[in-house]
Amino acid sequence: MAVALILVVVALGSVLFHLVSPWWWTPIASNWRFIDDTIIITFWITGLVFVAVVLFMAYCIYRFRHEKGRTAAYEPENKRLEWWLTGVTGVGVAAMLAPGLFVWNQFITVPEDATDIEVVGQQWQWSYRLPGADGKLGMADTRNVSADNPLGLKRDDPNGQDDIIIEGGELRLPVGKPVKALLRSIDVLHNFYVPEFRAKMDMVPGQVSYFWLTPTRTGTFEILCAELCGVGHPHMRGTVMVQTEQEYLAWMQEQSERTFARLSAPD
Amino acid sequence: MTSILLFLAGLIGFGAWWLAKQRITAKPWLEEGIAGEFPGGGATSLPAAKIGLGVFLAVVGALFALFISAYSMRMGMSDWRSVPMPRLLWPNTGMLIMSSVALQWALVSVRRDDMDVVRACLLAAGAFSVAFLAGQLLVWRQLSETGYLLTGNPANSFFYLITGLHGLHMLGGLVALGRATDRSWRSDAPSRVALSVELCALYWHFLLLVWLVLLNLLTGWADEFVDICRALLT
Amino acid sequence: MVDVPLGPAGVIPPAEVEDMELYHPHSWVTKYVFSQDAKVIAIQYSATALGVGLVALVLSWLMRLQLGFPGVFSFIDANAYYQYITMHGMMMVVYVLTALFLGGFGNYLIPLMIGARDMVFPYANMLSFWLYLLAVLVLMASFFVPGGPTGAGWTLYPPQAIMTGTPGGQDWGIILMLVSLMIFIVGFTMGGLNYVVTVLQARARGMTLMRMPLTVWGIFTASFMALLAFPALFVGAVMMLFDRVLGTSFFMPAIVEMGQPLERGGGSPLLFQHLFWFFGHPEVYIVALPAFGIVSDLISTHARRNIFGYRMMVWAILIIGALSFVVWAHHMYVSGMNPYFGFFFATTTLIIAVPTAIKVYNWILTLWRGDIHLNVPMLFALGFIVTFVNGGLTGLFLGNVVVDVPLSDTMFVVAHFHMVMGVAPILVIFGAIYHWYPKVTGRMLNDALGKLHFWVTFLGAYAIFFPMHYLGLMGVPRRYHEMGGMAFVPPSAQTLNAFITVVALVVGFVQLLFVFNLIWSLRHGRPAGGNPWRATTLEWQTPETPPPHGNWGKELPVVYRWAYDYSVPGADQDFVPQNQASITRAAPEPAS
Repeated sequence: MAVALILVVVALGSVLFHLVSPWWWTPIASNWRFIDDTIIITFWITGLVFVAVVLFMAYCIYRFRHEKGRTAAYEPENKRLEWWLTGVTGVGVAAMLAPGLFVWNQFITVPEDATDIEVVGQQWQWSYRLPGADGKLGMADTRNVSADNPLGLKRDDPNGQDDIIIEGGELRLPVGKPVKALLRSIDVLHNFYVPEFRAKMDMVPGQVSYFWLTPTRTGTFEILCAELCGVGHPHMRGTVMVQTEQEYLAWMQEQSERTFARLSAPD
Repeated sequence: MTSILLFLAGLIGFGAWWLAKQRITAKPWLEEGIAGEFPGGGATSLPAAKIGLGVFLAVVGALFALFISAYSMRMGMSDWRSVPMPRLLWPNTGMLIMSSVALQWALVSVRRDDMDVVRACLLAAGAFSVAFLAGQLLVWRQLSETGYLLTGNPANSFFYLITGLHGLHMLGGLVALGRATDRSWRSDAPSRVALSVELCALYWHFLLLVWLVLLNLLTGWADEFVDICRALLT
Repeated sequence: MVDVPLGPAGVIPPAEVEDMELYHPHSWVTKYVFSQDAKVIAIQYSATALGVGLVALVLSWLMRLQLGFPGVFSFIDANAYYQYITMHGMMMVVYVLTALFLGGFGNYLIPLMIGARDMVFPYANMLSFWLYLLAVLVLMASFFVPGGPTGAGWTLYPPQAIMTGTPGGQDWGIILMLVSLMIFIVGFTMGGLNYVVTVLQARARGMTLMRMPLTVWGIFTASFMALLAFPALFVGAVMMLFDRVLGTSFFMPAIVEMGQPLERGGGSPLLFQHLFWFFGHPEVYIVALPAFGIVSDLISTHARRNIFGYRMMVWAILIIGALSFVVWAHHMYVSGMNPYFGFFFATTTLIIAVPTAIKVYNWILTLWRGDIHLNVPMLFALGFIVTFVNGGLTGLFLGNVVVDVPLSDTMFVVAHFHMVMGVAPILVIFGAIYHWYPKVTGRMLNDALGKLHFWVTFLGAYAIFFPMHYLGLMGVPRRYHEMGGMAFVPPSAQTLNAFITVVALVVGFVQLLFVFNLIWSLRHGRPAGGNPWRATTLEWQTPETPPPHGNWGKELPVVYRWAYDYSVPGADQDFVPQNQASITRAAPEPAS
């Protein structure tokens, strides 16, 4: 009796906790509302299954607990019941997988008008590179990294000359414009993670990974590193400021001093 | 990871075939009594050592399949520079084939009760194997003398690592072969060595097969195959 | 057809075995230290693994103290914290769970449950344990070397695992870890060959595959998987050791370390991740399948009812075992690998949920219309179902590629895998120990202590890990030794962390009570008799308890029926042992 009751409390308590707990995701600031929706679908289906399984267990424990004279039923299997349950499970799984794959397809398909920006991770700070007037980022290679070329840009690439380099500062993005973040690391694995954006991706030395998003509201958000990168991992923070387009363009004007050509020019 | 997946698919296929013969769709609660009344499903009558070796070869096979997977994944990158293949690898391969042949001969002779030939074959197999190992060491020396050092580039590292691992397995086999040879000199009854000779022969054939696959891979004959696999994956 | 003459009453006389002598060791050392008896090896394995488990438990306390009360314990800095999480994770996954389920339960139960005298290669079996012990010692040694143990996280991802920014990366820590893993794998391979070949070759007469208890099926399949999966870790470890010690660049691309370019280049960090998870994901099922098997037998025995859908259970084990080799990259959705792999691996991952769900249904359908005895092993089995279902369902979040994107590398992942692969299997281990302790020692464990142990462990662990999911949902990353200064984290989250820490300490201390129970009951437990649970499987039918070397005395058992003849209609008892030739009926009545 007590056992069955405790199981009921566990099941219903979990649901109650889910509904009333103050800990929930951060208000979204990107176009990835679909991801949140998929999570909600998954919560509904899995929550239902969890409660059903635990309550059924509690019922069995209460109803079929050992008493004098009770004999268990002898029923090795029940094909129909088992296939039926398999079918229902299959449907439930498909109901979660289908929207998941659908949204994943969007996640990895970058819109044509997305602006490339680059985020570079190193132990333990973030740097950013924004394309200049030509809208293109120049080539880079870790082997070129030196004191006056911290991101390892290729010096002879014309596309790179007007790239704006922000070392360890704040990333700014215009609201409502799709952005493709190209992610690069010059030492170990890092992961560019802004909870409000929902998206994240590892940065792997030796290759370039990416994700895209469209910021949907202005504000300042925290950048965290989400892939263990050594002792400084928790302190590898940054901020991203999403601004209106006018503010953003005004800020870009002020950055002309920070182009690659200027920064690496001999004084 | 194509190689290891193909390897596993083969194993799983074999497992499924074997299980299908074991009546795993039977309803055991309807079958009261001893197993003899229900064909299939009893314990196998093969000697434990033979099954043990079979399972062990599956493990070793997985190990090499994983190395091959890693090798072909790495090879797919643009900066790959292959190691030139020393010619010495060909006589080495010959030695390995000869040792395998010698063991097969020993196996046949055991069945014919010809102990003298068995002893000679076992010794020959041992000698060919040692020659193979010595040849491999020479290959290493030639390579490092011509500047292809272990740390030079990933292709070199893979070459040393994979050949070294293959050699280590051969060394392990030599211990077993040594014990079988020793036993063949102490006894005139072929039945005393029959199982050991059989297991050694199996192991040597397996190592030969692995070596041929590795040789294919290292010399680049397998490149086309790898390309096809990659095309399938991407 | 029957190939043996029938004795009186249609019973086949068991085979007499001449080589009984072989199984009798002659000195104390060969009996208890360098023993080749699977049962002694099982106890050696289990005791060592429980010892490692206690060390890992203490490490988890230290981590929780730091997370719950950051800054209060000044000796736990970032360095130490990373060393604790790494060692805790690796110890628990490999040196505790794998060793206990396969080395411990596998060794004890396989020969007894299939009616064999011992493992088929007893010498290799003994070596397996001693190599395991050596691996443990090498691992523990890393606490005492300069620089301390590695702090690379249990996944040991390069390049950071072998660089200066990571504790132990350029010291001895990572080297000892890799060497220890390699020794473990070699040792395990010797044991694993034994478990597999013994099941294939040494089953008693009449023990068809489909008459084997699910425990044997689970351990057998898991051993096979482990034999094929551990080589991937071995390959990764060898290559990383070469990178660290000999300066090769298998996993090292061109890298700048602290402003200085390194003399490396051309390696691929993702290659290691593929190798690691090619081992790592099957490893989850290597732990889970024995737990599935054991819990099936616990539920069936204590609900006095045949396991529901036995055939489906066996097939599910086999299908899960095979599928678990094609889901590994679901750990790598955000690793920067080719994003199109996501479609494939999300699909395979969610497909594997179906056979797993069938197992859960069959467990609860076994309870349904049963005769449920709520004793301690049964309680643990019930606790397992709750935590496993919970953890399995959150797995559907993480396996579904796009849902994983916001949740990966957060506390949600930590909560998920602790629930499904930490708490759930450990509850099974406890349940199994309460269940088989009477066979191992001849005495029952104390019931009251057992119930206390269960309730605190089960409810406590649930209270630790269930709320933790929500920290992850909020966005708190894992592997942070403090949440300090995150703007989106409300102060109440720190209160939650403190609560979790307090519960974790309580749950931890109750485990000491369990260890006390284990030792105290050796002497003072109630004598158990040969078959205290009135179970059908062969290990309960040994002539002596605890079973001596060679298990069966002069005659090997013969098997006449499947492992689940509980509450057979018309039988005079509610169980029929597997080696009982025919059902004794209470009163003449028509067969139903």
